[in-house]
This record gives sequence, C-alpha cells and structure tokens, in this order.
Amino acid sequence: MSGKFQALWRTLFADSIHAFGVVSVVLLFLLAIAPAKNHFSGWRRYQHAYLPLIHDRSDALTLRRHFQGGIQQIWLPDLEVVDRCPTCHVGLKEASLADVSTQPFGKHPAIPHKSDEFGCVICHRGQGPATTVSEAHYSTLAWEQPVLPTKYIQSSCGQCHQDDLQGTPLLNEGRQLLAQSGCLHCHTIRVRGTTLQPTDDPPPLTHVADKTTREWIYAWIRDPQAYASTAKMPNFKLSDDDARDISAFLIADSTPLAGDTLSLSQKAASDPTAGATLYGESFCATCHAVQNAAGNVVGGNIGPELTRIGSKVKPEWLQEWLRNPRIYDPTTAMPHYRFADQQLATLSGFLMAKSDSDLLGNVHLDPATPEQIAHGKLLVMNYGCASCHQISGIKKPENIAPELSRIGSKSINQLLFLPGMPHTLPDYITGKIKTPRAFQSGLKMPQFSFTTEQIDALTTALLSLSDRARTLPPSVLLAHTADSNYEPAGKAGGLMRDLACSSCHRINGHGGDLAPDLSLEGSAVQRPWLQAFLKNPTTLRPALIRRMPRFNLTDSEISQLSDYIMTVYQSPAIDRDSMPLSGYSAGQVEEGKQLFYSKYGCQACHIVDPKADKGYIGPTLTAVGSRLNAAWIYAWLKDPQTLRPGSMEPRRQMSDGDARAITAYLMSLKGSARQEAGK
Amino acid sequence: MKRTVTVTIVFSFLVAGCSRKHQSASTAKPTGFGSAIVESSGGKQIAAAGRLLPQPIVVQVNDEKGNSVTGAIVEFSGPDGVGFDPPSGLTDTSGQFTSNVSLNNGAGCYEIVATTYDKSRKRVDLKLQETGLDYQQVLGEELNQQYCERCHNPESTPERVSNYDNLDVKPHAFSDGDFLNRMSDDDLTAVITHGGAALNKSPQMPPYEFTLSKSDIQALLAYIRAVSDPPYHGRGSVIPKY
Repeated sequence: MSGKFQALWRTLFADSIHAFGVVSVVLLFLLAIAPAKNHFSGWRRYQHAYLPLIHDRSDALTLRRHFQGGIQQIWLPDLEVVDRCPTCHVGLKEASLADVSTQPFGKHPAIPHKSDEFGCVICHRGQGPATTVSEAHYSTLAWEQPVLPTKYIQSSCGQCHQDDLQGTPLLNEGRQLLAQSGCLHCHTIRVRGTTLQPTDDPPPLTHVADKTTREWIYAWIRDPQAYASTAKMPNFKLSDDDARDISAFLIADSTPLAGDTLSLSQKAASDPTAGATLYGESFCATCHAVQNAAGNVVGGNIGPELTRIGSKVKPEWLQEWLRNPRIYDPTTAMPHYRFADQQLATLSGFLMAKSDSDLLGNVHLDPATPEQIAHGKLLVMNYGCASCHQISGIKKPENIAPELSRIGSKSINQLLFLPGMPHTLPDYITGKIKTPRAFQSGLKMPQFSFTTEQIDALTTALLSLSDRARTLPPSVLLAHTADSNYEPAGKAGGLMRDLACSSCHRINGHGGDLAPDLSLEGSAVQRPWLQAFLKNPTTLRPALIRRMPRFNLTDSEISQLSDYIMTVYQSPAIDRDSMPLSGYSAGQVEEGKQLFYSKYGCQACHIVDPKADKGYIGPTLTAVGSRLNAAWIYAWLKDPQTLRPGSMEPRRQMSDGDARAITAYLMSLKGSARQEAGK
Repeated sequence: MKRTVTVTIVFSFLVAGCSRKHQSASTAKPTGFGSAIVESSGGKQIAAAGRLLPQPIVVQVNDEKGNSVTGAIVEFSGPDGVGFDPPSGLTDTSGQFTSNVSLNNGAGCYEIVATTYDKSRKRVDLKLQETGLDYQQVLGEELNQQYCERCHNPESTPERVSNYDNLDVKPHAFSDGDFLNRMSDDDLTAVITHGGAALNKSPQMPPYEFTLSKSDIQALLAYIRAVSDPPYHGRGSVIPKY
C-alpha cells in the first residue's frame, strides 16, 4: 500500500518542473471550485425553486418580469440598513402571492410601511447583509442578533412610535403594565432623554399603624395575593423571621395621625342592607372590586380589592378614611365623599363585615424586640421598600435595580441563562419576569403574578428599548407626548382635587380615562343641568355599569363647581349663545325628527322615545334639550371627533340645513314635566 | 468478512441509540383507550400570528358508549412552528386533556389535529380550526371593537352590552360566512363607507366615510374576511407553513 503511494509521490514530484506542474493543476482546480461554490449557494437554490412555483400561475408573465436574479439588496444609508433578505424572499412584494404559504416565497402581510423605505431588519432583526439562511436568521459567533420571533414583532413598532399605537395591542399593554405594575419605581427607563414615570401610587406607610395591625402587615408581606388575588404588590418571598422583623419595624416607625386613632364617632352599624345600598349608591364598585360568591372578582381596579378589608383595617381608621381620605394620604385617587356620620357608620360597618377569619387566624407575633426592629429596618432598606412606599426616616433608594433603557439590545454574553433555557434575549426577559429569583441566589426582585399574556406584553415593551431605537434619525421618530400636569386653579380647583375628579375624568390632557373628558364641558352643557347632575348624578348611557358617584355636595360647592366648569372649560370654536335653547319652529322640529329617524337612523344607538326606541349605545336623548347647548349639538352633529377624539359616533358630513333641523328637534326634547320640576 | 459484520452491528446499535433518544421524550404509557375524540372547547379561536390562543384547547376522549376515558393518550399536532404546551399527555379523570396553543408566524386558517389511539393502536383524529391574524387584521380587530362590535356581535359581556337585540334589522355577525362570503370586497367596502342605505340595506348602519380612513376600512375588511366561518374562499394560505 505505502509502496504504491511512495511510487506515485516520486513520479509526481520527481523534480522541480514536475512539482510545479502538479501544484499549478491543483491551484487551477481550486480556482475553478470558487465560482462553483457561489453557483451552488443557498440563495440561488431558492431563486431556482421560485421560478417553477410561479410558472403555472395565471399572472406568471408579470411575476416573471418582476423577478430579478442575483443578490438583491435594500440599502438605506440614513437608517444604517443593508438588507439582502429579498434575495431569497423573492415574492415579498407580489400581491398575487397572498395564497403562497411556502417560505421564503410568501407575500409580506399588509403593513403601513414599505420595505423600500425601512428595509427588513429594523422590524425583524437578524443580520441584513448575510446571504445564507443561518447567518441571516440565527445568531453566529460574529453576530448575535437572531430574527425576532413574530410574537414580539410589535416591539419593533415601539422603536419609533413612542406613544400608544393602533394595531399594536400587545406593545400598548406592555407599556401600560410597565408604568402600572411598579417596575418603574425601581428600574429607570430613559427614552431619548425623558425618564418614564410610573402611573401607580403605592400608599405611604408613615402612619400605617393607625390603619392596620402588625399581624395583617405580616400576613400581607408574606403573600399579598393571599389577601387579595388582584393585589398589585409583588411577593418578596420573605421568611417568617424577616416578615416578623419588617412588620415590627413598620409599626415602630409609624407615627400617629390626629383623628385616626380617636374613638369611633359613631358605632359601626351592622345593617347589611343599608350598607350594601350605600355601597352601591356611592358607586364604590366603579373603583373597587369584591370577590363574589362564585369566586369572580367584580368591580374596578383603580382602588384596592375589598374582599377581606375587614381583616385589614382598624374600624376607627376606616371611618376617618371614609370621612376624608386626603388627610391620611394627600395624593390618593379616592374622592372625598361628604358622608354624614350615620352614613359613615353604615358604610364602615358594611365594609368591616367583609372579613376572613382564616387570614390572620394562625398569625401570632410576640412583642417586637429592638433587635428585630433594627433588623427589620435593614431589610426594608435592603429590599428597597421605600422605592414604592413613603417610609419615615428612609430615603427612596437610587439605582436599586439595573437601568432598562437599553435592555432590548442587551448582549447575550452578559446574560446568565437558566439551564435548559434557549439562549435568546426574549427568552431571558420572559424568564426573568416569570421567576426573577431563580437566576442567582440573593436576588431582590420580587415575584410578580403576571399572566403569560402579560409577560409577553412586558417583554414586547422591553424589547422595544433597543440600541437601534436610540440611533434612528429623529426624522422617523414619533415622540411620546407626555401627559400635561394640568391642575384646575383657585378655590374650585381645590374642590376638584378634593373630589379627585381627575381619577376618572381627563381635563386638558391630564387625568383618567374612565369617564368623559371635561375639557369642553362648559360649551357642551347647560348650567341648570350641570347643577342638578352634580347634586344627583344619573347615568346618561343605559349600557354603562361604572358611574359617577354622588358626593353629597353643598349648594354653594355645587354652584362654585358649576361656575368654574361653565367659565373655564369652553371650546373657543363654539359660541354658546350663537343658537337659542328654545323657540324653534314646529316645521323645523318636524323636519329634524324625520331626518333623525329616517335619513340618519339615530335611533339605532340613541333613545328619544323610551317606548319605541331601543338604542343602547349612545346617551339617552329624552331630555337632551335641557342638557346640552344648541350650538354644541350643532357642532357635534357636524363633526363629533373634533370635539371628542375617538368618539364612536360616526361623522356624517351633514349639510348645515340637516344639522340645524336635527338640532332644533333635539332642543325640543326637554324631558318630562316631573324631571323638570325635579330641578 | 467477520469484521464487516461486527462493524455493521455496532453501527446499527449506535444509530438505534441515537434515534431512541427522540422517542423517549414522549409521555407516560396510556392506561385507557377510547374510540372517539371530541372537542370540549377551544376551537375556532382568533389570535394574532405568533401569539397564544386566548383559551386553551380542551379535548375529551370517549369510548364506544360515549363515556369519557381516563388515562388515554392525546397528541397534538399542527403546522410547523405551532407550539403546544403540553404537546401530549394522558386524559384526566373527566376524560379531558388541555393544551395551550401558540400560533406560528403565518396569518390564515390553522388546522390543529388532536390524536388518540384506540385499543388496536389505530389513530383517531380530531381536527380543529383556528385563525391567525396579520397586522392589518389585528388593526381591523381593534377597529371592530371600537366601532362595530356593539351592534354586530350579539353576545354581551359585563363590560359591553350588545345593542344587537335593539335593532329592527339584525346586523350580520362578522363570522357569518354564509352571508358575508357572498358579498364582494367592493360591496362590503361600500356598505362600510357609505352606510347601509347605499346598498338598499338598513339605514341604521351608518356610513363611516368621514370617520375611518380608507386604510382603516381595508383593515376592517381584512378582519371580516379572516374571521368568517365557513372560511372566505378568497382568503390566503389555508395551512400556513414556516
């Protein structure tokens, strides 16, 4: 065997001329292989497979004409994009290939952007200049940015669109969760120079001993969700001893607030019927939820769940809180109801009955020792409790958690993965939110109780915080319009803060979205109606469950509020006095009625005649003539969305004549005599 | 010669060892066998492409008499890239098996197959249809929730009372494929744009010409076509592959 080989070797390399000849032949061969390698490359195979695919289609000729062989490239120097994806994804722009499901030949689904303007990798990530599937789609040694899984694709929209966007529900939800769930209390997120602000407001603990017992604090911090399934506070997985010491410190650190610890001004009344009625009449359920007998949590989520409130608060504190919550917590979202003493007794009795003996049944704490209190203080500082809560003597910690401004492009080399976890950034973020403490011992991040959907939403929002988002040219950015910090002024403004109007109503770009925007309310409504409404709020929309509570305002308060709203909250475009409130001719009214019912079919959504009409969506119009100003109705009919952006009522492009006639008809609807007398 | 045989035997052991690894991932041995597999819930759901279906798929395995079978094996399969959590397992004491399903990257109609095996090891299949939405259809879904659903969806929820029963001429649910599939894109667009009256239909359907943009209306149309049941014939991929 070896003899033969040696013979061959000797023949080939007998002398330098032979050797030169052999080496030349080998080199020639290698040179010939190089173009062949190019010839057999993957993208050519895809392009070859594309042609038979379109061959039998009816528009084969057109498709054929569009097809260009060779490397295709989108080059956008401003966006730093060099994408060769269309080399293999040949049919991306072919509308007629919508039925082709074999990748890479399918048509790209319809989106608002053109691939010629934005390329591919801005949204999909991956390596644009690569010409093989593995290099383009997956992470390699030199390039760790794999293609983004489609479930997180909305994060890419968030790189430029920094406000809520239609068509990206997951991104919007994620951003909302980031602000609402407390993430931003510990993690800083800066987007183009602005620091994102949390929208939740955890309660101060400076006077917590007035409010509740050490036993409840102990049970709560051990497992907040055991007290209320909807509790926002995450679980810090505290040991029994740590919970004991923290509760000891919080109670010792709390200072009493005048009023809270006074003896009850009224003995709590145990009248469940009257209590339930008052609870219902005051529309507590608009903000607070309660778990019903079937186990469903029913009610709003602005305030805390009240299922076991009786096991939590002290009765004397509850009465003082219900009397005026702003004394205990000046920034609370809870309005200052002006309850009478008897009502306070009824309502607090009703709420204190909502207790659960199992909750604190097994909690027995010995009196706290100074060592325990000192240890508790250390724990409170260590866990950063003051990031969310105001605690006497403890400053809000800085940099307690990593900044997340660039988390969407975090290098995988810097991450520690759990065993068995795929080594990608989305998997890391998801895992971290799901089980934050599993990654290392001694981590402080608490356990949240997010659903899978919520974790995907949060991951989407975090992935949008990418390096690319920071380097994109300003021309493609749609910056975040921050909430205004509008506050109503003067005495009436103080009253509005006291009533927490902005917890539900938005005014001049500030406030909640549960109730109508009041920025133009003065142009819309008639003063007598407004006064009657503030005295006894009714619902305008039959289909609404959550409604405006009754605040038991005095007449002078009502007139102060009405003055302010009627004067300040006006649209410059509407002159209230340009159209009269009454005195329209019978002919005009009749014409308006015809238009209302026949041409425009308004009764589909509105009720004018409670016996005949059934429309359940828009406000009831039986007495709209005593509620709204004629000029407002006219302007509304012409263009509802200008007055209230996003209004469901379609804009009908009514002629001036039609709008005037319908205004006349609606202004003739003054409501029943009894309603009139009621005002 | 002898050496060749030895090498072959060793090699075949190696191959067998490798391939067995794949099979060992399957679940516990079934203790029961049914003859039919039926849907309890989870079919005909709608989700954005790549996303989890809102509700898990629940199937039940029954025997010849229609009684539920405990401990029967159920395996889920679907187009490439569709995720099942868990992909297979045994039915519980009520004969049911539950799996959360996440769609792959494609929009279109998904066929999900739930399989069980009867006593003679024969496959019994149940086919379920699910719908994946692309960007435009997700946008359409949002617009539907904002403007259309109150009248076009007869179901009320605690947050949203349906207006359906209050209308003299009943609107068609967007899933009403029997009716809506017979309307052309142009006609549907015309109804949304110019209102019911434009096509001699109920004037209670208002025109959205000045409320929604052209692309909004296109998105709505795409959504309506995507959710129609039976599926719209002009609709894209029937089984998306990635």
